[in-house]
Amino acid sequence: MYIFLIFTNNIIGENMEKKLYDKLVLEHAPKEKRLENAVIAFLIGGVMGVIGELLVEFYGYYLHISRSDASVFMIITLIFLASLFTALGFFDKWVKFAKCGLIIPITGFAHSMTSAAIEYKREGFVTGLGANMFKLAGTVILYGVVSAYIFGLIRLIIGGI
Amino acid sequence: MIYIYSFLFAGLICLIGQLILDNTKLTPGHITSLFVIIGSFLDIFNIYDLIVAHVGGGALVPITSFGHLLIHGGMQGAMENGFIGLAMGMFNFTASGITSAIFFAFIFSLFFKPRD
Repeated sequence: MYIFLIFTNNIIGENMEKKLYDKLVLEHAPKEKRLENAVIAFLIGGVMGVIGELLVEFYGYYLHISRSDASVFMIITLIFLASLFTALGFFDKWVKFAKCGLIIPITGFAHSMTSAAIEYKREGFVTGLGANMFKLAGTVILYGVVSAYIFGLIRLIIGGI
Repeated sequence: MIYIYSFLFAGLICLIGQLILDNTKLTPGHITSLFVIIGSFLDIFNIYDLIVAHVGGGALVPITSFGHLLIHGGMQGAMENGFIGLAMGMFNFTASGITSAIFFAFIFSLFFKPRD
């Protein structure tokens, strides 16, 4: 009987502690500003889109190249700038502020590669840098290629070309 | 006008990504993969091409355009060489982006030290 009492006491006590703990965690967890985050992501993402369009027209006008060539130049420019700013150290702060506004554009791809390359360099050039550089970018390439292949096959089978 | 469309489209994609990030347990890696798949899905029937024609550069900046360019290159290869061309042309349009990303990441990692 006594043992049983201790046993139940323990369970009740643990439950109480767990409830208190959960309440404490909820109180002290940083409140996510979902609306603010969404607005910031919308604005920064939109600005990135406008920058992309501006660069396409800039290259098309000054280098006298077609629009599709100019868009390749635009993507390379954005990747270069994102890599450079990541290496200089202040792109991380921007990503922390804008979140998806800079992760979803192509800058996020370059940022993940450059930051992984710089971070793992100290573990060696092959086992560190080489093995870890594609940790995040690899998923994008993998699922892009797999889905493009499957959807391409579907399109070939259904509608010809 | 094309600037406003660019702003709205790119902003909307980032807004959807941010909403998914805040309201679910998915990480940024999940979200970028998801958007690449959505991009290549939209290009099955040339919907994304229509978007690019109307929106311009704003549709090429988000990661969805990566999937669109992959399947676009694949279909162009398939037009020239049949089924095997799908694999041959897959990276035709994205090769420049991937190559430059790898190259710049390596070069900058040689010269800069990690910061916290």
